[in-house]
Amino acid sequence: MSPRTLFEKVWNAHVVAAETADTPAVLYIDLHLLHEVTSPQAFDVLRERGLRLRRPDRTLATLDHSTPTLPRGTDGQRPYATPAARAQVEQLEANCREFGVTLHGWDSPHRGIVHVIGPELGATQPGMTIVCGDSHTSTHGAFGALAFGIGTTEVGHVLATQCLLQRKPKTLAIQVDGTLAPGVGAKDLILHIIGAIGVDGGTGHVIEYRGSTIEGLSMEERMTICNMSIEAGARAGMIAPDDTTFTWLQGRPQAPQGSDWDAAVARWRALRSDPGARYDRELHFDASQVQPTVTYGTHPGMALALGASLPAPRNAQEQRAASYMRYQPGQSMLGTVVDVVFIGSCTNARLPDLREAARVLRGRHVADGVRMLVVPGSEAVRRDAEAERLHEVFLAAGAEWREPGCSMCIAMNGDLAQPGQLVVSTSNRNYEGRQGKGARTVLASPATAAACAVAGAIADPRTYLAMEASA
Amino acid sequence: MKPITILRSRTAVLADANVDTDRIIPARFLTTTVRGGLGRHCFQDWRYLPDGSDNPTFPLNQPAARGCAILVAGHNFGCGSSREHAPWALLDYGIQAVLSSEIADIFRNNALKNGLLAIVVGEAEHHWLLDHPGVELGIDVRRQAIDLPDGSQIRFELEPFARHCLLEGVDQLGFLLQGAKGIDRYERERAA
Repeated sequence: MSPRTLFEKVWNAHVVAAETADTPAVLYIDLHLLHEVTSPQAFDVLRERGLRLRRPDRTLATLDHSTPTLPRGTDGQRPYATPAARAQVEQLEANCREFGVTLHGWDSPHRGIVHVIGPELGATQPGMTIVCGDSHTSTHGAFGALAFGIGTTEVGHVLATQCLLQRKPKTLAIQVDGTLAPGVGAKDLILHIIGAIGVDGGTGHVIEYRGSTIEGLSMEERMTICNMSIEAGARAGMIAPDDTTFTWLQGRPQAPQGSDWDAAVARWRALRSDPGARYDRELHFDASQVQPTVTYGTHPGMALALGASLPAPRNAQEQRAASYMRYQPGQSMLGTVVDVVFIGSCTNARLPDLREAARVLRGRHVADGVRMLVVPGSEAVRRDAEAERLHEVFLAAGAEWREPGCSMCIAMNGDLAQPGQLVVSTSNRNYEGRQGKGARTVLASPATAAACAVAGAIADPRTYLAMEASA
Repeated sequence: MKPITILRSRTAVLADANVDTDRIIPARFLTTTVRGGLGRHCFQDWRYLPDGSDNPTFPLNQPAARGCAILVAGHNFGCGSSREHAPWALLDYGIQAVLSSEIADIFRNNALKNGLLAIVVGEAEHHWLLDHPGVELGIDVRRQAIDLPDGSQIRFELEPFARHCLLEGVDQLGFLLQGAKGIDRYERERAA
């Protein structure tokens, strides 16, 4: 057999009916994740057509997007932003009851952002196909799964048939070698990559991240990388599973146990691209060249090293971005006044992300006039962070410590910035209005975001991390 | 889905590159649990001024753009989130086709499944279309050709199954359900 890529191995194992010139492949889906925003119309289709949900055992739901991150009020009510948000959550609760789907809802100790809890539960496993009506489903590719976002019509297809009609995408290898400098992390690396290849650099492709730098990353860092594959236009990003993956997964509630575990690991070890496997495109990056990186414009491809001088707009769209963001060509982002700092989202709300922010914030205070929100990715992250007393670091620094959810990443739950405010955010999208109408977003790592909160302006985290090291 | 063979309309032009799905339909309108009614919020924060009146600089608010069913959009239209609310909003607004030099993968999939013609044209043709707002086009799905007023045409690629579904009004869920025996067999073999 000719050498195959990781992607091809996973794809081939899930083909129910091969693609032809006239028809796409029928691709089997191992795990279907649901949340309240993109599922209601799909459940309606099941009801309208009298269909059952084919595999409730392969379907897992949670509440994350429309959910408030403030606790219940004194009246016992959750502070939903709107009656529609409450109705949407209640709709998912009702749909899950009606169709027998496990829902990690308000009362579950496992509730959280869908792309945080899938891995935490061990529901996400190497070699799986995983979909969700959510573009950041690419996150799960960190485990060597083929995971991608779908629309609501396709959510309906998977509910009814556990399958999707798919044309085989192309493959793009992104090879990263070298050592990341101190104070530079996975978020800087992926922003650097998207800045280089552009927001459409991965369109039509599944990215495989590989190389010594990637192999050296923790699972949380790998999730940060794969999460943002969609920001380069790729539907999926994958990383071959290895001992780091297996150690992370072992013992999680839905991971195989006992002899099943050993058999699974033996199978999973074959999930790597064969020597000589061909990709449609290959790109190389040198990790040692990566600096703390932030965005300056209105899409994630407008990203540069913190101290780099910003380019002059080359077209009307970049002119619009410069005017919206109020950035000055020729200057760097350093020193730009910050109004809000958000630590959270499926990109950067896991325990190590919170530790990284806490390292900068410990013994320091959020600058006057800056509002800082820290929103853990899940109930499990919240418990673990509180066990380490990280929340006390955040609270002592003057930040708000919230309940888990997507929060200000998508700003549909009432957590949002005001028009004109500048938000330094550990999330994944800096589009116009993403964090509130007229709000200006700068994407950054947790360390950079925390440094900005302390400085009240865009700042280099290495200044604070170095002071910590010498203290 | 109703079959679509030919769509004739004048074009409206939205030349900005990388118009993302948050621009098309901001997240605060995603708390709906139905498909309909999103057209009034399509491009909400671009289309309206803070006082709620029409933004005179928004291209689709120009008198000549009103009623146009074909949108000529900048490169990489529809990037970002997987929200199908974006094509739902465009269709409800009255847009039935989007032509661009590149259309983001998930948006294009979602659009075609809803009968919104998401069509990629060559760069030279894209430039010409961007430079000629208001031109009367005929998009012929069967011939995979866009007819221009001077009798010339622009050819385009369309995934054969998507084309078939558009022309025949095929319901893709129905197609998948017809293959249920194959899915049963796959599940049995994997479990074995």
